[in-house]
Amino acid sequence: MAILVDTGTRLVVQGLTGSEGRFHGLRNRSHGTQVVAGVTPGKGGQDVEGIPVFDSVAGAVAETGANTAMIFVPAPFAADAMYEAIDAGIGTIVCITEGVPAHEMLRIHAFLRGRGVTLIGPNCPGALSPGRANVGIIPAEIFREGSVGLVSRSGTLTYQIGHELTQLGLGNSTIVGIGGDPVVGSSFVDVLARFEADPQTEQVVMVGEIGGDEEEKAAAFIESEMTKPVVAYIAGFTAPPGKTMGHAGAIISGSEGTAQAKKDALEARGIRVGTTPTETAELVLQLVSA
Amino acid sequence: MDLYEYQGKELFGRYGIPVSEGRLATSAQEARAAAAELGGTVVVKAQVLTGGRGKAGGIKLAETPEDAEAHAGEILGMDIRGHTVTKVWVETASDIEREYYLSLTFDRSAKQPLFMITTQGGVDIEEVAATSPDALVRLHVDPLEGCHPWHARRLVYGAGIEDPSEQKQVAAIVAKLYDTFTGSEAMLCEINPLIVTPDGEVRALDAKVTIDDNALFRHPDLAELRDVDAADPLEALAREKGVTYVRLDGDVGVLGNGAGLTMSTVDVVTFVGGRPADFCDLGGGGDAQGVVDALEVITRDPQVRSIYFNIFGGITRCDEVARGILQALEQMGIELPIVVRLDGTNAEEGRRLLGESGAANVHPEATMLDGARRAVELAAG
Repeated sequence: MAILVDTGTRLVVQGLTGSEGRFHGLRNRSHGTQVVAGVTPGKGGQDVEGIPVFDSVAGAVAETGANTAMIFVPAPFAADAMYEAIDAGIGTIVCITEGVPAHEMLRIHAFLRGRGVTLIGPNCPGALSPGRANVGIIPAEIFREGSVGLVSRSGTLTYQIGHELTQLGLGNSTIVGIGGDPVVGSSFVDVLARFEADPQTEQVVMVGEIGGDEEEKAAAFIESEMTKPVVAYIAGFTAPPGKTMGHAGAIISGSEGTAQAKKDALEARGIRVGTTPTETAELVLQLVSA
Repeated sequence: MDLYEYQGKELFGRYGIPVSEGRLATSAQEARAAAAELGGTVVVKAQVLTGGRGKAGGIKLAETPEDAEAHAGEILGMDIRGHTVTKVWVETASDIEREYYLSLTFDRSAKQPLFMITTQGGVDIEEVAATSPDALVRLHVDPLEGCHPWHARRLVYGAGIEDPSEQKQVAAIVAKLYDTFTGSEAMLCEINPLIVTPDGEVRALDAKVTIDDNALFRHPDLAELRDVDAADPLEALAREKGVTYVRLDGDVGVLGNGAGLTMSTVDVVTFVGGRPADFCDLGGGGDAQGVVDALEVITRDPQVRSIYFNIFGGITRCDEVARGILQALEQMGIELPIVVRLDGTNAEEGRRLLGESGAANVHPEATMLDGARRAVELAAG
């Protein structure tokens, strides 16, 4: 078992014929992911190295039984692509695209409610269940299969922490990058709940950063709802207020969203927070060895 | 992107929110002419993207054009919390009977727009929220439903506004503020204070507007309002070159790929006792030219004593980064010590390229933590 992406994943790539979509779609396939279709309006009937391309997501679903979508279309068209996937009955949508307007995401978030659709992202690296399926841009070769669930708002920082875990001989059940925007489809709490329910996952690492209050909500959730141990890391202790640190969501506004406040909220509930990525991995090793 | 008060008021005006008449001036003479044109008593207001203008002496009343000229002369060039005043807004003075507060913010926690209103305006709203929370009325709007008259009624009655004419005017402003917020894809639209004049007229006396950077591509008229002069000159250069750069005040220049890893690198440099000079994110691609551009920005900061490249290749290829570093060394003759830590995609090739170059000021390190320690040592001399 793993979460979100697994051997049962049948992936349709929206934007498969673009350079990024093609590169990563094929890379995901080479990791063993069943990439069953691509969608590019106007290019239906073509194929990308044997993967059939359709004009619409609905067409791809009808022909191939796709149940998961990965979105690689440019930001101005990403909201449309998400709505199309939802309408076509896709259960899990992973939106890699960066730069989706925040107001679009407010509406999409409201639209998703009650439809039973899971959205990861936008502006995220996707999800990888080592040895089973990779949906997104996470370099699978850094990770190995194991018992640690990893959820993060960042991409490369996730690779760094995954690398530190691998160096210590630890592996992952699933690695999920939820994205660095102010509003994303799945929160820390959503993913933590899945790790709690997943038999393969025994420990969880949560990698947060400045901005918003999702880490604080996660702290409360971990205390009241989780039996599995969680270790956290927070980036941005030295970030000045009012400046966006690369991610649209990584900004300290007023007195809210500081790394220290997040660390305090986690530690107040007995959740250990690593000072560096290295120390974070060492804390996980202690859990595993204990 | 934050708008200046005068830009925010212009935006409000477009959506029908009442504001006072005013003119922008960049010199004392222009302020005088503006005051003469407007007639009567005016207010001269410093235009800076920070709060606390009033306390700093950046807002002055002027009864004559001569007064306006004198006040503008004092305010222009003034430093307010690190921002130099280069523009003043000269506006017809308002008689104030009462001051309210009205805002619409992007509540990322609830994932809905949030209205806030109180009749205790003109002061720090966080203080009102802390000391008399009942006086601050909050109301979320479902983005799929949009703003309806009942939202405005709930806010107006909730705030305890009693005069029927005032109720009507504030309700209209509530609806127009929602239009401004959604129409311009704002993250914040704040009116503090929203005033009532002795004649019972309701008007926005200030405007604080932040626009979503990700939405600017479809609002070219708003994108144009960005004031490149107001930014730190290095940040402006970085923007021009497409480099994500935030200046800090230390001496270790930090470069990473990806926002999270770069933020973490800045933290780790601090943790091992150093002082980061910047946050510089090469982003997802990070080709050789991107590295050259980033180094050009970082090395313009005279405080920088060492540079730390912390790269974890995913989409970014470490050999490209190495090529960029070598190209920059050749083109710019950088003599500062450069610590490089490469891992991930094509890391071995990258390390080989750097090793073979024989560049004396390039210091490879194997781990993120060791790289940070080395860069801090080298910055110390």
